Amino acid sequence: MRHQNFARLACFRRGMKSRLAAFAGLLAMAVLTISAAAVAESLATLRGNAIKQEASAPMMGKQVNTDLRPVRNYPEQPPTIPHKTRGYAINLQANKCLSCHSRRGVGRSQAPMVSVTHFMDRDGQILSAVTPRRYFCNQCHVPQLDARTMVDNDFIDAEALPKAKGK
Amino acid sequence: MGILSRSLMLLRLLNRPSGHFSLAFLTFGGFIAGVMFWGAFNTALEVTNTETFCISCHEMRNNVYQELRQTIHYSNRSGVRATCPDCHVPHNWTDKIARKMAATKEVWGKIFGTISTREKFQNKRLDLAMHEWARFKANDSLECRNCHEYAYMDITLQSPRAADHHERLLANGEKTCIDCHKGIAHELPDMSGVKGWN
Repeated sequence: MRHQNFARLACFRRGMKSRLAAFAGLLAMAVLTISAAAVAESLATLRGNAIKQEASAPMMGKQVNTDLRPVRNYPEQPPTIPHKTRGYAINLQANKCLSCHSRRGVGRSQAPMVSVTHFMDRDGQILSAVTPRRYFCNQCHVPQLDARTMVDNDFIDAEALPKAKGK
Repeated sequence: MGILSRSLMLLRLLNRPSGHFSLAFLTFGGFIAGVMFWGAFNTALEVTNTETFCISCHEMRNNVYQELRQTIHYSNRSGVRATCPDCHVPHNWTDKIARKMAATKEVWGKIFGTISTREKFQNKRLDLAMHEWARFKANDSLECRNCHEYAYMDITLQSPRAADHHERLLANGEKTCIDCHKGIAHELPDMSGVKGWN
């Protein structure tokens, strides 16, 4: 009898536990939903529309075309391209960039020469021309748009980093 | 009767005054026939000078025309566009006729399928491009200048790079448009070994 009672009690407890867990789960879901709704109201997403809708394309930005050499954010940064590159061919047949930026091209164009690292093969051996692994310029170098940033950028320049840390 | 005596007879016939037609008929008839001939000739010439005519052949429609459609000479903010003959046929009459006569070679190419497939076209692309570059170089990029003349360029509105190049190289005639602006309307051939591309 006692054993039976114990068994029933255990059973009741188990049931209670699972019910409690389910209740807690429901509560958590409700809270989450409410808070998510609140966040959705306050936070403007980058998408700007419901997830099922096709987003309208953002306005086409103007490409920076100043020809002024941009400051690099850190020494190893591939410099960005300060001019338009519409229709520039970079393929097996031709490389429009190199027609100005190659070693011999700079004489005609007075453009900066591609850095000597681009002439190195993977063993550090300097070749006479740009190596195949550095041939596709716009893998690293890209033109810039004169556009507002969508989110704030908190990048800190290396020079300013110690000062920023001390604050 | 030999060919010689026959042609002699024809010559004599042409040399004789007409016995059947009046002078007025021959004069005015000749004039009207001339006008009609000239009109027909010019109309036919102009028909061959349209983009519709150019891309009626698959060689042009599937290759160079498709490439042109991606470029600024086909689609741009102001909606002014260049059609095939704007760049590839001189506008001046004598030059145009000379180009048209040279273009009979293209009829030959069409008949014998010189560039009838994409592969054949790609293999011949450098040759074809070289011809066009040479033509532009020889006439000082005349077809470019029909729209883009240095005298009317406002250098101050150009990017510093463009302004520098145009002032330094174009103004004194050291270079002409095509020397730098290759591949602006079509894909480029293999440029290894082409001057200015090394």
